Amino acid sequence: MADERRVPIVSDDDMVTARAEGRALAAHLGFSRTDATLVATAISEIARNIVVHAHDGEIVLTPVYGDSRYGLVVVARDRGPGIPDVEAAMQDGYGSSNGLGLGLPGARRLMDELHVESEVGRGTTVTMKKWRDRDELERLRERRSDSR
Amino acid sequence: MSVPILKQGDYLIASIQSALTDSEVLKLRDDLADRVGNFRSRGIVIDVTAVDVIDSFVARSLQTIASTAKLRGAETVLVGIQPDVAVAMVQFELSLDPLLTALDLEEGIAALRRSTGGVDEDGR
Repeated sequence: MADERRVPIVSDDDMVTARAEGRALAAHLGFSRTDATLVATAISEIARNIVVHAHDGEIVLTPVYGDSRYGLVVVARDRGPGIPDVEAAMQDGYGSSNGLGLGLPGARRLMDELHVESEVGRGTTVTMKKWRDRDELERLRERRSDSR
Repeated sequence: MSVPILKQGDYLIASIQSALTDSEVLKLRDDLADRVGNFRSRGIVIDVTAVDVIDSFVARSLQTIASTAKLRGAETVLVGIQPDVAVAMVQFELSLDPLLTALDLEEGIAALRRSTGGVDEDGR
């Protein structure tokens, strides 16, 4: 079983690393190629928010192994300027003068859950989750291989 | 890694070989705008077969490339969007309008020929 992965986000090179790590973990958890791409795209958006607005932060990728479902949790943390109005930032077109208005609402559409905590002057934490239901057959196979 | 840009007749072909950073995307934009003038190209094909993520920045940059090329007298067609990338773009609600798209390089060149009124080298 894979452990959590921590990717420091300082430059746009790190965004590529974070995307690749997210894709690898999604594959490990049995997500489809398409779902892995959805996760990688969402990671790309929130990693860019860190690079552009905060200049320094990290992305932590954590696998969740439940009996009925597996999950991939992405936490993006920075100590940047924070978002004054999180509600508004979740709307399409927010801050679109600098062309970054699609990031959060887009990422929310790609993931199953997305939650933003932000404090002006302290920083922002974005938590996103993607789930994959495990069917009866998969669980049965696992129990068999465990009991061997 | 910078993106190689090949000249083929009246067209430029930019074939992206791996995942790009944002700065590499911007460099491609600037390189293409330069080359269109240097080679007096009438069309650009951008091959994104190897691109595994098209997010809002990449989509916007591709649109900018197309609009810039248009101002310089060239049409742009994007080819090779992978099926999973296409699904992600739809779910994200990202649009590439007014960029032309085609399935692969061959279709892309055919699309350019139609839109720029060019003829094949063998005169068809």
